[in-house]
Amino acid sequence: MAEKFIPRIVSFLCKWCSYSGADLAGTSRLKYPPSILPIRVMCSSRVNPVFVIKSFLGGSDGVLIGGCHPGDCHYQSGNYHTRRRFAILNKIFDSLGLEKERLQLSWISASEGQRFARVSDEFTQKIADMGANPAKQEIFL
Amino acid sequence: MDSCLKIKKSAEQGLSDFLKSLLEKNEVSGLFTLRKSGVNHDFDYGLITDTQMMKDAIPLHPFMPVNAAQELSRFTGMRKPIAVVIKPCELRAFVELVKRSQGNLEQFLIISYTCGGVFRFEATTAGKAEKQLPAYWKAVSSGKNSDDIRLTCRACEHFVPMHADITVSLIGEKIDQECSLFLHTEKAVKMAESFGEPLSECEMASKTIDELRVQRQAEKHHIFEKIESQKGLDGMIQLFGKCIGCHGCRHVCPICHCVLCDFESHLFDSETEIIESELNSKGALRLPPDTILFQLGRLSHMSFSCVGCGMCTEVCPAAIPVASIFMRTGEETAQLFDYLPGRDVEEAVPITVYKEKELSTLGE
Repeated sequence: MAEKFIPRIVSFLCKWCSYSGADLAGTSRLKYPPSILPIRVMCSSRVNPVFVIKSFLGGSDGVLIGGCHPGDCHYQSGNYHTRRRFAILNKIFDSLGLEKERLQLSWISASEGQRFARVSDEFTQKIADMGANPAKQEIFL
Repeated sequence: MDSCLKIKKSAEQGLSDFLKSLLEKNEVSGLFTLRKSGVNHDFDYGLITDTQMMKDAIPLHPFMPVNAAQELSRFTGMRKPIAVVIKPCELRAFVELVKRSQGNLEQFLIISYTCGGVFRFEATTAGKAEKQLPAYWKAVSSGKNSDDIRLTCRACEHFVPMHADITVSLIGEKIDQECSLFLHTEKAVKMAESFGEPLSECEMASKTIDELRVQRQAEKHHIFEKIESQKGLDGMIQLFGKCIGCHGCRHVCPICHCVLCDFESHLFDSETEIIESELNSKGALRLPPDTILFQLGRLSHMSFSCVGCGMCTEVCPAAIPVASIFMRTGEETAQLFDYLPGRDVEEAVPITVYKEKELSTLGE
């Protein structure tokens, strides 16, 4: 029986919203794929785009950034900056023909355990359909 | 119709005389311009406070030894009125630096010019530049691209200065007969009046300028297409295969001013455990690692402010067309926010501001 490909999705989750949402999914015993590798940050704006690039080049099949919904950032405007940075990084990937579909930004609040499970499930499915990140095989990077 | 000062000498001679006069009459306390230096046909930027030293000045020479924006940033703290002669892309880069608190505009009398591009560095060997000059000036006068200029210059459509106090009109003009200084600000008019000759009203050779711009846009399109054909991860490895990680591109880039650059730090160094695990899964590891990380990372930090000066390609020891790559992607990231680097000092750098309602498809 062929082993099912379980993508590895490095996920930067902000402590106040997304990480708590993920935690709620856990305590509510909601099912979501084991592909999510959470990294807690204080705010989604802590994420330097270079972290995302390093994860991608390091071979992660997907990179997820989870933050509070616009207007609800614990630090007022952090997620607005995240949104712009993500747009720029997305455009850079697009411009160079790199697989921008492997990067995703999702607003998930602390009360949205179900949403977290759904986003994880959908993103995992999307990545599984794309296959493993070819960067995994690259010696030169 | 703009206010201008016409000097009945060649453009270079007229401008040199004008600069000397500003210094002699104490309108400024220093001049920043290109100079002949050494004995080997070298050209450098220099700060001059003694009019005697102006004999070596060649303000309009088509050469960029370093992006002047970096140098202006260096002595911007002097807070003395200084007249500077810089190219339009250097001016745009300096405006980008001013936005990042790396300089201020008020102390400078900014003189720029409609730019025909600069020679590649190789022109400084064995007096090649002097041989190339006549053809170059002919091209500028007739509004064509010289063969000897940088690739990024051939593709540059922003060759009419933005934010200058004075523009020397070169493209489409009789450069060996006349020096036309266009005065855009009150400061410029005051300085020009001190020269002692009457001012007039004149117009730039806009038809020739527009034709050259169309030519350049076509070249840009052509250059970008070549880069675009090398796409994806394989494309990146093809483009940056020879990169040795010297970071020369970052050092000469006027936008890359960070003293604590992520890529000059140990932030991304791998611990040996990580190297071992990489070897376990791949069987080999290129050293030094993180070449593509540096290139993509630098793009994510500054691409939208790239002015396409071409210094990076000039200094690359591996002859990678860094400038073409950064200019192309930079244009796309800047366009996300309708941004043009250096257009307006009041226009904030895209990553420093936000709108509450924008990019609504992201995150949902």
